[in-house]
Amino acid sequence: MMQIACPHCGSRAQQEFMYERTVDSVVPLDAPTDKAMAALFTRTNPRGPDDEIWRHTYGCRAWMVVTRHRVTHEITAVRAVGPEVLP
Amino acid sequence: MSRYSAFSLLRGAFNGQSHWKPAWRHPDPKPHYDIIIIGGGGHGLATAYYLAKVHGLRNIAVLEKGWIGGGNTGRNTTIVRSNYRQDALHNFFEFGLKLWHGLSDDLNYNVMFSPRGALTLGHSDADMVTLAQRGDAMRCDGIDAELLTRDQVAKLEPLLDMSRTARFPIEGGLIQRRGGSARHDAVAWGYARGADSLGVDIIQKCEVTGFVRDGDAIVGVETTRGRIGAGRVGICVAGHSGHVAGLAGLRLPIESQTLQAMVTEGVKPMINTVIMTQALHCYISQSDKGGIVFGGDPDNWPSYAQRGNPMIMENAVAQGLALVPALSRLRMLRTWSGVTDMSFDGSPIIGETPLPNLYLNGGWCYGGFKATPASGWTYAHTLATGKPHPLNAPFSLDRFERGATIDETGSGPMPSSR
Ligand SMILES: [Zn+2]
Repeated sequence: MMQIACPHCGSRAQQEFMYERTVDSVVPLDAPTDKAMAALFTRTNPRGPDDEIWRHTYGCRAWMVVTRHRVTHEITAVRAVGPEVLP
Repeated sequence: MSRYSAFSLLRGAFNGQSHWKPAWRHPDPKPHYDIIIIGGGGHGLATAYYLAKVHGLRNIAVLEKGWIGGGNTGRNTTIVRSNYRQDALHNFFEFGLKLWHGLSDDLNYNVMFSPRGALTLGHSDADMVTLAQRGDAMRCDGIDAELLTRDQVAKLEPLLDMSRTARFPIEGGLIQRRGGSARHDAVAWGYARGADSLGVDIIQKCEVTGFVRDGDAIVGVETTRGRIGAGRVGICVAGHSGHVAGLAGLRLPIESQTLQAMVTEGVKPMINTVIMTQALHCYISQSDKGGIVFGGDPDNWPSYAQRGNPMIMENAVAQGLALVPALSRLRMLRTWSGVTDMSFDGSPIIGETPLPNLYLNGGWCYGGFKATPASGWTYAHTLATGKPHPLNAPFSLDRFERGATIDETGSGPMPSSR
């Protein structure tokens, strides 16, 4: 299991968090159709690190971007979600 | 290839069983094959077998990075059934179920298929309506499905908690009596032996590291054992489809997640069918060795780790114990996990890719094992003819952009919500 460092609450057990989706699958409102389709229905799905959106659902309920390795589960960065983080 | 039979076994009794020979060869790769299948799991081996047997092709290789059947074929809960509501799904899986019923004879290899019944429990009026609807949809296509009352369920599985105070009260069920389970390793080995005897080269410890291209078209693969040319290449590596397709520059409607299963110590027969439920995500069956096999939800976040998470395990076991309280006396022997391709509508992908000569078979979510024969049959058709078989045509890669998804649970395009 993972410990995730919520930017607001500190290090908490994984049970308190829900995975939402990857950052590159957020659809910007002005995206052209092909970009929107790619974001909605495809993933890079790397066997390595990716940027993921998680939510501290059973805590402060804030969203955050977690940079996490898909094989080792090592978390190298957690950032609070804001306009500068998401497209 | 010598045929296995009771007679050969008996004859072996008089010569110290010295007649046994390796069931397949270990050939070196040739410089070029008509068809290369990436992935030596049940699906890849079945594809090779049917390419040789049904389509008469011989110059075929199966490339496996580890050992055959060492991925999800060896990591599932071996449930076989075709009890889906939607036409595209139940027709596909029913074609497979029919192949399962003759598979040991066809392969001359005992896959220990045991049609003991696949029982889905209903826990509320709403569950029973859904089950009745699903059963009706199946029966309209000639597939067996039988709605059971509470009493019938209690008689079939006496150890279920049928009390009114049960955590998950049982109102009835839907059974597919022709469903059941099989021996997973034997499926891979039986197909491997059959394919090998028809001339297919099964090349283990050979990982694909890249694709050879001529313009857009794929004309071969780079591997840890050198470059191998190919007329057509079929990806068949569910769990790692995203990675392998990524080597060709493709992004797929797939997110890889971990799915775990577990087994208890062996006990005398106590679970007669394969028990699933309409409301929970827990499935229980008893192996031929007597172990109770449990499965549950996938870990609902992306991972290639091939190791499970105690949160999910606890959840699956808690549900299992609530359904069959007697299981609480058993000790868990082993837990394991596999990496599953979670697709965006919960259904598989078998068909063409945007790149000429490259084909994809993946996206099996947590339901690939039962599909092995049908997957192999239809993928072989697709690879041999370049066009999908009518049964896998609905499962094309482009169905997402066309809005033609096959979403059995109706939960929308999020792999983490299956
Ligand atoms: Zn928090």
